Amino acid sequence: MLILTCPCCGVTGEETEFHAGGQAHLQRSGPGASDEAFEAYLFARENPRGVHFERWRHANGCGKWFHAARCTLTLEVFGTYSAQTTQPPQEVLDAIAKRRPGWTEGGK
Amino acid sequence: MSTRLATGGRFLDRNQPRVFTFNGTDLSGFAGDTLASALLANGRSMVGRSFKYHRPRGIVASGAEEPNALVNLGQGAAFEPNQRATTTEIFAGLKAESQNHWPSLEFDIGALNNLVSRFLPAGFYYKTFIHPRAAWKHVFEPIIRHSAGLGRAPKERDADRYEHFYHFTDVLVIGGGVAGLQAARAAAADGGRVLLIEQSAQWGGRAPVDGGQIDGKDPEVWINDALEELEKAPNVTIRRRTMGSGVYDHGYVLGYERIADHTPGDTRPRHRLWRIRAARVITATGAIERPLSFAGNDIPGVMLASAMRDYVVNYAVSPGDRTVVVTNNDDAYRTAIALKNAGLDVPVILDARPQAEGDLPRAARDLGIRIETGRAIARVKGRKSVTGVAICAQAGEGAVLEEIACDAVAMSGGWSPVVHLWSHCGGKLIWDEAGAFFRPDPDRAPISHDGQPFVATAGAASGQMTLAETLKDADSAGKVASRALGLAAGRKGAPKASQPQEGPITPVWMMPQGAGPALRQKMWLDYQNDVKVSDVQLAAREGYESVEHTKRYTTLGMATDQGKLSNINGLAVLSGALQNDIPAVGTTTFRPPYTPISMGAIAGEARGDIFQPIRRTPIHDWHDDNGAEWEPVGQWRRPYTYRRAGESTHDAVMREVKNTRQHLGLLDASTLGKIIVKGPDAGRFLDMIYTNMMSTLKPGRCRYGLMCSENGFLIDDGVVARIDDDTFLCHTTTGGAERIHGHMEEWLQTEWWDWKVYTANITEQLAQIAVVGPNARKILEALGGMDVSADALPFMAWADGQIGGFDARIYRISFSGELSYEVAVPASQGRALWDRLIETGQEFGVMPYGTEALHIMRAEKGFIMIGDETDGTVIPQDLGLNWAISKKKDDYLGKRAQARSHMTDPDRWKLVGLETTDGSVLPDGAYARGSGTNENGQKTVIGRVTSTYYSPTLDKGIAMGLVLNGPDRMGEVINFPALDGSATPARIVSPVFYDPEGEKQNV
Repeated sequence: MLILTCPCCGVTGEETEFHAGGQAHLQRSGPGASDEAFEAYLFARENPRGVHFERWRHANGCGKWFHAARCTLTLEVFGTYSAQTTQPPQEVLDAIAKRRPGWTEGGK
Repeated sequence: MSTRLATGGRFLDRNQPRVFTFNGTDLSGFAGDTLASALLANGRSMVGRSFKYHRPRGIVASGAEEPNALVNLGQGAAFEPNQRATTTEIFAGLKAESQNHWPSLEFDIGALNNLVSRFLPAGFYYKTFIHPRAAWKHVFEPIIRHSAGLGRAPKERDADRYEHFYHFTDVLVIGGGVAGLQAARAAAADGGRVLLIEQSAQWGGRAPVDGGQIDGKDPEVWINDALEELEKAPNVTIRRRTMGSGVYDHGYVLGYERIADHTPGDTRPRHRLWRIRAARVITATGAIERPLSFAGNDIPGVMLASAMRDYVVNYAVSPGDRTVVVTNNDDAYRTAIALKNAGLDVPVILDARPQAEGDLPRAARDLGIRIETGRAIARVKGRKSVTGVAICAQAGEGAVLEEIACDAVAMSGGWSPVVHLWSHCGGKLIWDEAGAFFRPDPDRAPISHDGQPFVATAGAASGQMTLAETLKDADSAGKVASRALGLAAGRKGAPKASQPQEGPITPVWMMPQGAGPALRQKMWLDYQNDVKVSDVQLAAREGYESVEHTKRYTTLGMATDQGKLSNINGLAVLSGALQNDIPAVGTTTFRPPYTPISMGAIAGEARGDIFQPIRRTPIHDWHDDNGAEWEPVGQWRRPYTYRRAGESTHDAVMREVKNTRQHLGLLDASTLGKIIVKGPDAGRFLDMIYTNMMSTLKPGRCRYGLMCSENGFLIDDGVVARIDDDTFLCHTTTGGAERIHGHMEEWLQTEWWDWKVYTANITEQLAQIAVVGPNARKILEALGGMDVSADALPFMAWADGQIGGFDARIYRISFSGELSYEVAVPASQGRALWDRLIETGQEFGVMPYGTEALHIMRAEKGFIMIGDETDGTVIPQDLGLNWAISKKKDDYLGKRAQARSHMTDPDRWKLVGLETTDGSVLPDGAYARGSGTNENGQKTVIGRVTSTYYSPTLDKGIAMGLVLNGPDRMGEVINFPALDGSATPARIVSPVFYDPEGEKQNV
């Protein structure tokens, strides 16, 4: 059972307080989008063995959504941050780089 | 035969005899006995039957690893199957029965399987029961089902009490042997919070039995001193009878405390599940001795060498008068010495190694015990008990050199660290050549949220098999944990320990090493599931190379003991058969729980009335007092109908529908979700959330709206009221309020976070009562205070005011097709308003109605119900709701998805009404059959029933359904087959059965 820290209310809580919401930083495709773009938005998800950016909601707490950078292999949490952003903040990227030298976004 | 020794027994209190019952016979033991030691003390060496061949089974071990001694414990509401005799403390009046035999333990018909065991090898189910196909269902499966399963399922509701317990600690130490005690001392030295748990009733583990000196003291003295120190420390909590069951992510650990198993009826909870969050976990779980694989190693009387000396030293139980010891290591000599010291005979020690020159063999020799090196057991003689052994050379094929009479055999194949808890959360193992075991690899420990390792092992669990190394390792583990938490480590060094020097082990995976097929078929690996060396070798020959596949094919390690004894021996045999290294073959996965824990403990207090929270409306008690039959809707309880004396449930529903249509009905609609959406961008936001245009709704008016997921599917519906320019009130379904509120918040917080909108779920702040029927306006006028005329409050309008003295908001909306008002008041006023309506309504023929009447009336009107007409695959267009989908909007959630090719496919099933030609009621969920077959040869289906009721208004069955090209086939008759082979013909009609012009509601 994971431990996460909600960046909105500051509470460090048990996984049962939170609700996982899948991959973070999706770009919404609406009317007018091509079938391919819409399919990618709706269904195609990263499934990395390693660093992953995820959406979480502090469901049994302040109720706010936030993002977490987490390693799917070791379950290490590199940081949590606001959901009101389109990309991970620099300090989270720095924390990842420190723990995973050579890692680049997208796993390439 | 086993018996009680006249003196000794560390754990026994001979002043406290305990009478218990085994298979109906009264037997006697002492306080401190386990059921296993007490059975052995009474000469009961045979305690069960194996699963497949029903072979006689005796006690093999002295702890949690026991595979054989599983019993039914207790009776009636306290009955529980598959309890380990070795971990069951006896108490006066304990009742135990052996399992898996019929008619009796001594004479078991199932033992016939043993005679044909040659024809029941690994995988025989898969090979045998294939043909003829039909025989599986009617012949094979019933027989297999009958013989499957160990023990009996309890029939009565569990009478005992269970609870959960939350605990937070810096360091959790699992295991109360000397390693655990020392690790806890070291971890606690600088004030860190430490929890130390031990699964058994005794502290100290094996050390007092195995001997040696710690800091110049007997282990027992050192243990008591350490315990005293820990008990005094304010930062240390210690618990016996508490097993570390599983280690989970980020230091979450489940502990299983057996509080009152040994004191039933003393009003304490029976079990307590500890939900522990520890910053660091130290597993000091010791090691488990391995059996040796020789023919007849499963005959009652053959026991692990360490278990045997436990029984002698701790419980004063003699396993037999003459015990042959067979080993590949020095440790087993301790058993021979313990037996000799207890005055028992050890005719020979058979050591598979070419020589035995350590301190322990020398001590055994000095006691005059005969030692034969390079020797093995060719086979054990006896059927229900050991009568002797045939001796052979370990290097050979089993030619008998000598036979020796004996009534017990002590075996030791070496030790395996208990790595389960280390492995639960991803800790990796390495193969230790010198010790011939897998041990934790400290460089690949489970990782916590902070990226640091959070599990460490201590003592024998690390693979440290001597007393001195164990204590040093444990001391270091405790100090490392303390330092990791930012605390200083204790300055004291590890205790100094001394012990006889042990010679190296020689791995022996089969005895003798060249044994032929006849012997290999009698070498048991898994005692409970009857898996033998020959079965694993057969699996390898048949191509099973993965240890995980072999496990499932042979059932090795799949019994309730989860392979604690069989695992390493089995994979060593597999690696031998595959001619591969043991580390390359690897182990199967270790999963929690370490040993089975009770379902009661998992449930805790969550049972019966407090299984889950129940939500009650402010009017709940009135419903309860007036015959409500309850229907769970989410966590709410809603009246299904109000049954009167002499009525059936059906009668009551019919009465409620008719009365509402003819006079006046009241519905408690308080459970409907109510969400306030407020802010300058509220209209813009709701235009995205709903398929309809909500931003154009005028204050004072209501609009029915549909919500879709981004995938296009209909997820909820309800009436939206615009309160003012900035404020909307959105009604949701009863079960949908929290979900839809979350859905709105998700989009607001993660996509449109710059839009100025707030939402609030105010469902429970309001009581809402639907006043429905031709007399609805009359009763509200009788209450007085608000103008509810058609002009002042037209259909789909709302108004605030005072009615009958209540502060109310009245919505003129209808889900029944009748003249209808929904009156919302503060929740605290709900009951008073209801009482007033019931009282005032008497002259207007008022009756409350429940959810079933609501359903029938909405179906008569062709209104859809989320969850009936929708199932997560239905879009609004399927339901003929295109009128509620705005064509003017560029975007709404689900719009793009609904443009996908299969969403616009003209062959999607569409909503229609269905009317049986004979007036009967269609079965719920029935499918309509088409002509022809699909590509799988199955008959095609062309539709299904989504709602079906008997309509008292129309006096016939009515239904709604989704049908292929349905709206284009009005008047056609399609067939709905029933399970009995008959078919019900039904005509496709409009889904609006009642008042299609809407004249009734718009008056």
